[in-house]
Amino acid sequence: MSYLGYPDFFEPYIKKVEQTRPVRLEKRRRGEEFPFMSLKERQEMLKYHPDYKEEGRREIKVGPNKGYRIAHEFVDLLESKSRVDPDKVDLTSDDYEADVLVIGGGGAATIAAIIAEENGAQVLMATKLRHGDANTMMAEGGIQAATKREKDSPYYHYLDVMGGGHFKNDPDIVAAFVKQAPDALQWLENLGVLFSKFPDGRLESMHGGGTCRKRMHYCADLSGMEIMRVVRDEARNRRNIKVLEFSPAVELILNEHGQCSGALLYNMETEEYLVVKAKAVILATGGSGRLHVQGFMTTNHYGATADGIVIGYRAGARLSFLHTVQYHPTGVVFPEQIEGWLITERFRAEGADIVNVHGEKFVNEREPRDVESARFIKECLDGKGVPTPTGKVGVWLDSPMLDILHGEGRVRTAFVGKWKVYDRLGIDISKAPMLVYPTLHYQNGGLKDNAECETAVPGLYVAGEVTGGLHGENRLMGNSLMDIVVFGRIAGRNAAIFARERAKEGKLTLDHVKRYHKELKEAGIKTNRVAPMLLPDYTSPEVKEKQLTVSHLGTLR
Amino acid sequence: MSVKAKKRKGPTTTKVKEERKVPEVKLIPVYIMGKRYEVPEGLTLMKAMEYAGYRFIRGCGCRGGTCGACGTVYRKPGDYKLQVALACQKTVEPDMYVTQIPFFPANRAQYEFAELTSAPEEVFKLYPELFRCVACNACTKACPQGIQVMDAISALKQGNIAEASRISFECIQCGLCTSRCFGELAQYHMFQLARRIYGARILPRAEHLAEMVKAINEGKYDDILNELKRVKKDELEKLYREREEEPVTAGEDWKPRDTTYL
Repeated sequence: MSYLGYPDFFEPYIKKVEQTRPVRLEKRRRGEEFPFMSLKERQEMLKYHPDYKEEGRREIKVGPNKGYRIAHEFVDLLESKSRVDPDKVDLTSDDYEADVLVIGGGGAATIAAIIAEENGAQVLMATKLRHGDANTMMAEGGIQAATKREKDSPYYHYLDVMGGGHFKNDPDIVAAFVKQAPDALQWLENLGVLFSKFPDGRLESMHGGGTCRKRMHYCADLSGMEIMRVVRDEARNRRNIKVLEFSPAVELILNEHGQCSGALLYNMETEEYLVVKAKAVILATGGSGRLHVQGFMTTNHYGATADGIVIGYRAGARLSFLHTVQYHPTGVVFPEQIEGWLITERFRAEGADIVNVHGEKFVNEREPRDVESARFIKECLDGKGVPTPTGKVGVWLDSPMLDILHGEGRVRTAFVGKWKVYDRLGIDISKAPMLVYPTLHYQNGGLKDNAECETAVPGLYVAGEVTGGLHGENRLMGNSLMDIVVFGRIAGRNAAIFARERAKEGKLTLDHVKRYHKELKEAGIKTNRVAPMLLPDYTSPEVKEKQLTVSHLGTLR
Repeated sequence: MSVKAKKRKGPTTTKVKEERKVPEVKLIPVYIMGKRYEVPEGLTLMKAMEYAGYRFIRGCGCRGGTCGACGTVYRKPGDYKLQVALACQKTVEPDMYVTQIPFFPANRAQYEFAELTSAPEEVFKLYPELFRCVACNACTKACPQGIQVMDAISALKQGNIAEASRISFECIQCGLCTSRCFGELAQYHMFQLARRIYGARILPRAEHLAEMVKAINEGKYDDILNELKRVKKDELEKLYREREEEPVTAGEDWKPRDTTYL
């Protein structure tokens, strides 16, 4: 038996939502909003955010950011040994050569590869899974750029980015970002990305959490997938871009001049380690949701395991803003099959209410993500969450409001991706609300770079989620998709120029790995851990016990 | 002979917030590539395979139904019909026979996008096998996204790039349609080409975007941004607090009162 596709258990709870819906709809129609918190109130609320839990983190004891407090899950990886014994790797002969080596297979990596190629470079892309298997593919909500001059400009985009990031963002990076965002959007339009448009070609746009103008552009609710498909298609058309799939980088290689000159790859299928020699390297390995920081569920791709952070840090790049991780407020709590999955912020942006177990609103739906998440957690801690038969708790996202507000069929057409996922499970989200709770979504920080995508290591460029600085302590919706386009392009161009003009021929070395091992030893860290982990491990403990010859450290045997 | 299966605990879930007891769950048989395993009911095929001890390198991607890495075919006992699913989306059913198709060698045309026009012949030239379609509809039946694949192919044959683009918009390029195609078409590559032509050559362009890019390139916002970069935190917070908020319900014609920074 079920109620609107949910088990009977939920019937009284859903009925509460239905009871209060007409009054809430009336308020929406009048434009009456739940008041935003003041900056002070937001600060107070953040105490409920997992980032602010001191027991969740510790100081890292080695490397350029020694003493920096970040999540245990990151420190564990950074205080790990290399997958290889650096003395055993023969660097005198290489398996591949390229002008620019791009590590990663998502949006930032692909865009960087295209632009590096356009700047005359022979490009090799090394990806851990298939080309395009990345968080980019999963981004639903949209992409921010100030495009409507009569009401918006880079000035307002700048303020929104800084406000969202607690005013700690790197101003140079933010300024470069907001200024180049419109051009980046036009570049995508030229490549044939199908943005949602009015009949005259004007881009549809909407709000996201923390925006003061509607500058979120989108491709229905499959924005990231559409962008990824198109840029991947374009990369496949370029004859000077070669792609090596299932071959993640496990160490960066430097040369005797201290320049980044390639990487050691690991073919996960044949278990060979391969040397790539390059004149410049772009690291665009994305994020780290699969580390399940503080045990949270995640929206992230299977390959999001912080590999780039690990190998970049060992090579001498610094960390920034890695002390904050973004929890997306609306991850699915029930049904279990899709636990952790992201429900795009656009539902809230279009006017769907968040309500508690009593069917009451308790928060404005467009607070910055960290504040919104913290507020949900507080509501549930206060006992006003909605329980599930599986022992979890969440709050309702009242999606059926959108069909009433914007016309029947709105949910089915504007959120077709999510509608289908629920439909397969027997739930029509234009009739029934969705049960949500914060879920691990984005790595706000990462490797420190500047507005030119340069790191402390000459010849090493970074772009996308692996970096830290643009989003400060908290990213706004729609700025990560734009991040990968703006800085993917910059990294591609600068790496190609470096390869042509500044790269020096020299002996390849993994001495930095040896030094790192030595530092671990001197810091008294005794461990069998190896990193990068490459893939998460979801094998059941019972099976694991019997796998006697597998060490369960990444794919390492 | 019946094999006695030991009771196993339920799968470990990723949410840990507080340690809770995992209830004993009902195990059901599933045949992974013909080999029998017992897995808890309610799991997705992907989680069931992991539960059984598989560690994915291929055949696992976003785990959210959008990347197309985990195309899967299955059959249920007593049923001749071959069915399709995404392993990350489909819930296990008792006695299913399951295998993944993580890669399919499909033909993809190489082209210079800048040189393409909006003419339907562009698609015909790059993919002449389009006309090998015999309208058997196996592609549509094989689509885990429920896309009317054959209708989109028919639209392409008729030169209707716009229609093909609209029908195929939710394509995740898993390749299952191609794996079942009698005419050996790579439908998903054709649709990709069609959508790019539609987006860049048929849909009207965003004039307002071109105007903004032009203004930026002329340096209109350079001083404003340089000044903003130097503003101290207190002042920045003030500017942030005082920025005028476009109402959610505002229409396209909304204009702010203050136009100083536009």
